[in-house]
Amino acid sequence: MAAQNATTEPSSKAPIMEMKNITLRFGGVTAIENISFDIREGEVRAIIGPNGAGKSSMLNVINGFYHPQEGEIWFRGAQRQSSRPHEIAKQGVARTFQNIALFKGMSTLDNIMSGRLNKMNSNMLAQAVWWGPARNEEIRHREAVEKVIDFLEIQHIRKTPVGRLPYGLQKRVELGRALAAEPKMLLLDEPMAGMNVEEKEDMSRFILDVNNEFGTTIVLIEHDMSVVMDISDRVVVLDYGKKIGDGNPDEVRSDQAVIDAYLGVSHDD
Amino acid sequence: MFYRESGDFKTKYVDDNQTFPIKLDRLGYYAIIAIAFLVVPFVINDYWANAVMVPFLILSIAAIGLNILIGYCGQVSLGTGGFMAVGAYACYKLMTSFPEMSIFFCVLISGGITALVGVLFGLPSLRIKGFYLAVATLAAQFFLVWLFNKVPWFYNYSASGQINAPERAVFDFLVTGPNATAASKYLFCLVFVFILAWIARNLTRGRVGRSWMAIRDMDIAAEIIGVNPLKTKLSAFAVSSFFIGIAGALFFSVYLGAVEVGEAFGITQSFLVLFMVIIGGLGSIFGSFAGAAFLVLMPVFLKNVMVGGLGWPTDIAAHLEFVIVGGLIVFFLIVEPHGLAQLWRLAKEKLRLWPFPH
Repeated sequence: MAAQNATTEPSSKAPIMEMKNITLRFGGVTAIENISFDIREGEVRAIIGPNGAGKSSMLNVINGFYHPQEGEIWFRGAQRQSSRPHEIAKQGVARTFQNIALFKGMSTLDNIMSGRLNKMNSNMLAQAVWWGPARNEEIRHREAVEKVIDFLEIQHIRKTPVGRLPYGLQKRVELGRALAAEPKMLLLDEPMAGMNVEEKEDMSRFILDVNNEFGTTIVLIEHDMSVVMDISDRVVVLDYGKKIGDGNPDEVRSDQAVIDAYLGVSHDD
Repeated sequence: MFYRESGDFKTKYVDDNQTFPIKLDRLGYYAIIAIAFLVVPFVINDYWANAVMVPFLILSIAAIGLNILIGYCGQVSLGTGGFMAVGAYACYKLMTSFPEMSIFFCVLISGGITALVGVLFGLPSLRIKGFYLAVATLAAQFFLVWLFNKVPWFYNYSASGQINAPERAVFDFLVTGPNATAASKYLFCLVFVFILAWIARNLTRGRVGRSWMAIRDMDIAAEIIGVNPLKTKLSAFAVSSFFIGIAGALFFSVYLGAVEVGEAFGITQSFLVLFMVIIGGLGSIFGSFAGAAFLVLMPVFLKNVMVGGLGWPTDIAAHLEFVIVGGLIVFFLIVEPHGLAQLWRLAKEKLRLWPFPH
């Protein structure tokens, strides 16, 4: 189904982001070595690879948490200067984390509302008085957040502190927080780690819905190969900080280097 | 049975966002406000004002201020006493330099000046966290007290090194100086408490509050969703210091009248306010009041019981008071580490279901 998508969708769409010859080092360790790839507008782009391949580092480079020593990043037609993560968030990049990074002391609603912080701008004085601009702003954003809550089917836990929620729901709230920012590009770091089959199916459905309904470009790191092959349009494969494969799921699946490095060398014969 | 949400339908987001979503809470809040403004001023006497109500109100402001910094934004500070001293000395200089200016504005501007100083000492928070930040703010505490002792300009070159509050009136009622009446002092402080608590609630419920809490709960994630850590932390320091500065100005001008900086605003003052915040409950405005009430009322109560009720000598009572208050603090923290506010929350939770067990 998704493979079909990949072939039928126009591959001529302009890239929303281009990574050119990225190299990232931590002291003597080279986490990412001379990697180039592009992310097209509106596609689901998966990054896969064995543990320690540099996938999360790559995501951290994309949202500005790490600054690569070499290489260029082009986002929406402009080369990115070295910017802080909160500036990149304002440009329309949102993400979820491998280990849930929700704000534990806040309710579901507040967590998702916090996803809209970079769209809110009433000043301190208005906030202190509350009546007027601050309250109107709050209500306006609350409406947008309620749409996200409806979309993710988490109405019943709106007022629950997120610390009390089960794992699968916490992951969903985290996705909600990212969606509330109405990102152009959404980075998902292992959104299905530790989930059971039903939760994985739910999450896959949400990811595809986001992609279809809002046209959000999705960059996905995931270890579950069946999910990756099913929902992604194109896959980039990393191993030891190097790129060893790039293409649609079928190409990647039949690529010998990828099979050797990631899916395992066959020992049957 | 009457304390519940059911039947109280919210059809607008405005209703859903109100501070007290349950009707009984709302009524209780209005009742307390009405009693505080309309009844207490007529029955209050000098003893109650000076020993209980005025210090309680002023320290509540300081506790709310510190709670904004520690409880909402997660930045530990031990500099409260120093910042209160800034408020006090700013107020003194304003009162003596501009005798015509209303005391109300003197106190407000003192808060503003303290906010600036707070931002300055908040700068290290951008690089250091937790206990290390606490130590850095401790430096602020000692530096500020030293400064006000060393530079005679701050105390107008008076021979004693003390500062004394001149008499000032609001609408012809004296609020500072030895001739101020209990009711006017009390009301003056109450107005500040009312306004500042309302502001604190407004700030913590919207954009600013969420940024603070995001930084508190997970600073990396906060930055990645678009919170600017620099602005957020410094705004917390500014608002917190504004509150603490006002508390310091009132503490000096209305409550003490004469201040020697090391005595009134030393490290013990910092710890006192910190304990109020921790015992009351981090991240709760109600908790700030509860903590302040606990630490102001408990010693007075114990003293009255031991000296007045049992007739023990005052020195033994004074020592026992420390032991008992200390013991109670430990007890409360073991029973409920999240403070009195959490106890109150649990009680309300139970009340909501009463008389049914589940």
